[in-house]
Amino acid sequence: MAEFSTAVKDQGSVSVVYLSGYLDAHTASMLENNFSDLISKDKFKIVVNFKDLVYISSAGLGVFMAFIEKIRENSGDIKLTTMSDKVFNIFDLLGFPLLYEIYNSEDEAVKKFEETGKVEK
Amino acid sequence: MKNKNISDKKELKVKSRTENLSEIRAFIKDFASSVGFKQDTIDNMTLACDEACTNIIKHAYKFYPDGEIVIKLKYENKKLVITIIDYGKAFQPESIPEPDIQEYYKQHRVGGLGMYLMKTLMDDVKYVSIPGKYNQVLLSKSLTSSQ
Repeated sequence: MAEFSTAVKDQGSVSVVYLSGYLDAHTASMLENNFSDLISKDKFKIVVNFKDLVYISSAGLGVFMAFIEKIRENSGDIKLTTMSDKVFNIFDLLGFPLLYEIYNSEDEAVKKFEETGKVEK
Repeated sequence: MKNKNISDKKELKVKSRTENLSEIRAFIKDFASSVGFKQDTIDNMTLACDEACTNIIKHAYKFYPDGEIVIKLKYENKKLVITIIDYGKAFQPESIPEPDIQEYYKQHRVGGLGMYLMKTLMDDVKYVSIPGKYNQVLLSKSLTSSQ
């Protein structure tokens, strides 16, 4: 069953990862591969668009935890956008809004990188 | 293995493989909706059951793909009890601390979140472990509970 898919598009210096379907312990490795691939290309400014994601379990949330530090060490970030209420609730239950910036629109998230792009940490 | 007459079943046996999580979710969803739970509650129960089975696959069977997972559903007195049985390594739930997300971030930890979600999303979670024999997780949810 093709239950999860991802697509990556560049928006200037920002990489936007689109998630679709069900992100669980079975499909989490696909997203891990996306992040590993972006990191190997020195692409550390990442926006993840959740618009078509219908389901996430802790295994999916764990992928964000596994990569965020490496990405932030390289002056990048993973910013999250366009989450359904259902998916947001799971993030919220686990306290993820403390660790990740979550935006209503993809544009807003991408622009945030542009605004902070010149500020090195 | 895939979606045959799933709405008629009250017991599901699957192998300990993550590819079976979607069948497990469909099984819970169909049964819970047939007895009248509302969508938000069904979503919560489905996720709790996914978390329990993911933990079994990862920790009890350590990704051994041919372990057995048995899921029994019983609806009685407006309460659904999900019993999940495995024959893998025994599990001591009290050894798992409640997650602190900031600490997780610092330590790169990703485990323990599933158990926390199960406790939060269900009315009650109980573990029974008979070492060398079986482990059992009981997840229950009342039809009238708020979440």
